[in-house]
Amino acid sequence: MSEVTPSSRRPIEDRPVRVVSARLGFLQQIRSIWRSRELLNYMVVSDVKVKYKESALGIVWSMVAPALTLVIYYLVFGALLKNGIPHFVIFLFSGLIVWNFVTNVVIPSTSVVVDRQAIVKKVAFPREILALSTVGAGLVYFVMQLVVFAIFMAIFRTAPQWSLLWLVPVALLGLVIIIGSIGLLLSALNVFLRDIKHLVEVFMQLWFYLTPIVYSYSRQVEPSLVHHGLSWLYFLNPVAPAVLTFQRIFYVHEYVQATTPGHAVLQVIPHWSTMHYLEMNLAVIGVGLVIFAVTMKIFGRLQGNFAQEL
Amino acid sequence: MLNAIEVDEVSKTFRIHHERHSSLKERLLRPGGGSHSDFEALRAVSFNVGPAETVGILGRNGSGKSTILKTICGVLQPSSGEVRLRGTLAALLELGAGFQPELSGRDNIYLSGSMLGLSKRTIRGLFDEIVEFSELGDFIDTPVKFYSSGMYVRLGFAVAVNVDPDILVVDEVLAVGDEKFQAKCMARISRLQNDGRSILLVSHSAAQVQTLCSRAVVLDHGSVIADGAVGTSIDAFRSVLHADTREVDSAGPRARVEAVTTESGRCDVVMGGAWRGIARVHSEFAGAVRVVAAIRSPRNELLSATPISQGLVSLRPGVQDLSLQIARLPFLPGTYTLSISLRDADSGDSVAHVEQAAIIEITGESSSDGVFELDFDAKIL
Repeated sequence: MSEVTPSSRRPIEDRPVRVVSARLGFLQQIRSIWRSRELLNYMVVSDVKVKYKESALGIVWSMVAPALTLVIYYLVFGALLKNGIPHFVIFLFSGLIVWNFVTNVVIPSTSVVVDRQAIVKKVAFPREILALSTVGAGLVYFVMQLVVFAIFMAIFRTAPQWSLLWLVPVALLGLVIIIGSIGLLLSALNVFLRDIKHLVEVFMQLWFYLTPIVYSYSRQVEPSLVHHGLSWLYFLNPVAPAVLTFQRIFYVHEYVQATTPGHAVLQVIPHWSTMHYLEMNLAVIGVGLVIFAVTMKIFGRLQGNFAQEL
Repeated sequence: MLNAIEVDEVSKTFRIHHERHSSLKERLLRPGGGSHSDFEALRAVSFNVGPAETVGILGRNGSGKSTILKTICGVLQPSSGEVRLRGTLAALLELGAGFQPELSGRDNIYLSGSMLGLSKRTIRGLFDEIVEFSELGDFIDTPVKFYSSGMYVRLGFAVAVNVDPDILVVDEVLAVGDEKFQAKCMARISRLQNDGRSILLVSHSAAQVQTLCSRAVVLDHGSVIADGAVGTSIDAFRSVLHADTREVDSAGPRARVEAVTTESGRCDVVMGGAWRGIARVHSEFAGAVRVVAAIRSPRNELLSATPISQGLVSLRPGVQDLSLQIARLPFLPGTYTLSISLRDADSGDSVAHVEQAAIIEITGESSSDGVFELDFDAKIL
């Protein structure tokens, strides 16, 4: 009890100065987030722990639930609507794993500041941490689903394109930056306009179908857009590049023989070079960083009023 | 000399929405936004807290005490001005505020410790001491949602004081737990004082500030009206409480209670004793009114309000003195406030109202808990 702790020996001149003021610069924001990285770590762990604490299967649900969704989409689009794509489960999973990350970040982070208002009103810490913790939790679930994906690939005896596996972290980085920024922005806006939460839930359904997950970009979208030179329009959706990249890595085959009678040759994945995939994902990262900087600016403005609006 | 806390010209304006527009429909229907007015909670507040100094902040309800505290802790951002802090800060705004109910006490110590800015290693080093201080024993691995409220605040307090902050900010939370735990908390606070920590204590109990602080800052309507030795500041605080006549009901400005004074000029009363005061009333109203008095505890709980059937007096236009008397004040030692209203005896309309018209400092010794002394006896027949 009587030991002298380091801070009591620290003279006041050596202590770091912390400033609470109306405006914080971008670098100050980043620095304060960096200082709170251990808190971020605990928040992610507690998010994951709390989510599955009371259920008997616990964290296994984070693997079972997406697998069940996968089965449903497979039955509807593969078996019922007979799209003819062989190993459609693998094709689906390549996109769905990306999409699940997006929903696991966007939906919880939209309401995170409002949901945790008890601490927002009473404890000072960088508020960005709240939205960032959902990104962290989303990454945890992503890794678990990757395990399930590996099991599926083993069952169906398919293999990813090993030489392209390095593109996974690149695509994921772009996704984390862009989706994290969107989550951050929505978390702040939802404090002032609670409709955002409901709007987001509806919009996510639309967004899902704007992303080439249950259909093939090359077969169903590109032919009708490319003539008009409008394919760029489709790529305003920041999730599309990551989904296409994952399909290229994990589904591998650009041209396949249809399972439907006639066995026609289908193009399911665009015939792009590795360089094209890299450039596309680097562009996402670049755009993501710009969005991130703007989001941080807006978030910095809005967060000063969180405690009084909640 | 460098200060631990420097509050520099901090202002905070709240926008008060008369109709809240937080749904999209309302915003679309009334694009101009709802009617609102601005409320200046803090007006260019400046003061410093030196190293190893314990400073009290005094003020009535709504004077800006909590706002300045939240600004210092960084929960609220100032509208202008800035707060500079040297060193780590732990705040006791609400005990256990950062707890996650589903997680165990153990996990919550790490979670709230890191919320206070500690590293994992530091928390691990403090862990045993925190558990010992909180007296939770084996319950430390139980989810905190199963804790009693006493256990919850004990853990919250244990985390906050054991993180060993350079600056401790305390907001009227010293009355937690049972008496034994309270004594332990006070002992811990004085140990922090002796260790040279800076402590900022917010209270509306002048007595508590007097015992713990060397200096006090008095806030009123968002401005600093006194900053100095604790005795001087407490006098300033009391004169604010006495002199205030601004909160008269504006709907019926037909009388004004200008000042409430006591015969002796002092506001202290021995527990169980009588209180006599004189209210100077400036009236435009002529006729019968009922004088209603309400007394509030140091924590601002309403303890008693007299029924409207009592206290009939007849007012005449002009200035007159009204004699007020409470025959017996059974409350425990502490700072109590008295509010006075005058109501039209016929219509019941408010003619005048003063919140905190007088402050009553009850002195004496008592070992009872609660708000008043119970005449209690037990014996075997």
